Amino acid sequence: MAEFSYQLVEEVAKELYIRALKYLPPDVKEALQKAHDRETNETAKEIFQTILKNLAIAEEKSLLICQDTGLPIYMVTMGSKFLLDGAKVARALSKGAERATLEHPFRGSSTHPLTRINPQNSVGKGLPVIHWEFDEEADYLDILMVPKGSGSENMSAMQMFIPADGVKALKKFVIDRVIASGSNPCPPGIIGVGIGGTADLVSVLAKKAIVRPVGSTNPDPELAQMEKDLTDAINATGLGPMGLGGDTSTLAVHIESAYTHITQNPIAVNTQCWPARRARAKIFADGKVEYGF
Amino acid sequence: MAHYNLTTPLSEEDVRQLKVRDTVTVNGHIFGIRDATQIRMFDHQQAPPVDLRGAICIHTAPSLRKVGDKWEKISIGTTTSTRMERFTPPLIENYGVRAVVGKAGLLEGSLDAMKTSGACYLAIVGGAAALETTQIEEVEAVYWEDLHPEAIYKFRVKDFGPLIVAMDSHGNHLYFDVKKQITQRLPELYKRLGIE
Repeated sequence: MAEFSYQLVEEVAKELYIRALKYLPPDVKEALQKAHDRETNETAKEIFQTILKNLAIAEEKSLLICQDTGLPIYMVTMGSKFLLDGAKVARALSKGAERATLEHPFRGSSTHPLTRINPQNSVGKGLPVIHWEFDEEADYLDILMVPKGSGSENMSAMQMFIPADGVKALKKFVIDRVIASGSNPCPPGIIGVGIGGTADLVSVLAKKAIVRPVGSTNPDPELAQMEKDLTDAINATGLGPMGLGGDTSTLAVHIESAYTHITQNPIAVNTQCWPARRARAKIFADGKVEYGF
Repeated sequence: MAHYNLTTPLSEEDVRQLKVRDTVTVNGHIFGIRDATQIRMFDHQQAPPVDLRGAICIHTAPSLRKVGDKWEKISIGTTTSTRMERFTPPLIENYGVRAVVGKAGLLEGSLDAMKTSGACYLAIVGGAAALETTQIEEVEAVYWEDLHPEAIYKFRVKDFGPLIVAMDSHGNHLYFDVKKQITQRLPELYKRLGIE
């Protein structure tokens, strides 16, 4: 078999960034269509019509759904049956994100945190964000690309509660956060919630929660119930699409959890906008690439 | 809830007829402005090199490509308006802007200026850049080019919208109304979640 080319990972990383910006996953589109169909508020219905029209035009004319092409995040799962050089994969992902920005081209938003200088290439020190996972059974490299815009990301938050605050503090944190965010994160999006872990892990869990397909539930029945209760409560606020009132204020609340310390009770909320963008590819040893979401 | 087709420049009468929840479609021109544009206008006291009387301004940092003398569209979308709050009253009062297009709304200061001078806030659907880019026919001019992508852009638009009147010239504020309703509902929602 020919030697695996990391150039392929770079091409896929580039392609995924551009695909994610133009084609929403079917679960998100379906959720938006359903929200449109059941909406009783006239203003909100008009907003959903505009959203659906925008998605159709983006696909038809190969335009960006939203002008905020965000910061690139790659969630990578390495299969034990297809071992690769992680450092080379990381470099290929970075190069792919940069090439998508320059060759499409579109606005790069990565910026030095103090000088605020923007290299206009979507990357830089620490970027793209790369999360690594491993799967003993997989014979492929799985790459999930998430372009994260700032309108939604800026509304994200984490808090270290204490055990005595209980579960109710966590629920209150989520609903209060959504209300305080109002129209800023372009609702109705996916509300990602991380529970447990450490300060860093809980934030990563919240991010992983926003990339779960709409309609999926947490396998833990207690957390699945909490997802449903929070989704219903947020929708009952009446915040509505774009914060202008309506029946749907979130497409779904997703919770991901981890064990935490006996003295800790951490929570994080990662807010996702209605263009809940993501694109996935599986790369196999023979160079075959399967695209999906 | 009525629908209006408006052509720029807007008159005071055009704006005064609008009430929150009405929808608007615009033909003519819309001017793109943003943070840096208004910092120059109001913090550095430089008058814009274009007449904004009766104008509609949109909060945007467009993604454009300059080919020769022409600016080609890549993606034009809308940014959050709340950051522009302190600039908006003088934009309306000193330069005669009649409508501001954006997302997430403006605050009390702008609402007062809109009431006094006859202006309004038109909410666009954030994130819907593909549609916006299509409804902007051409980037006719760019002023203060050194500030790009936060310069002043003259966009020629065709059937731009639908935009939702979210702040009108009669003191009504749709975002505030929605917030008030949420505050009323919240105790019941807390109870349902077992919080209080």
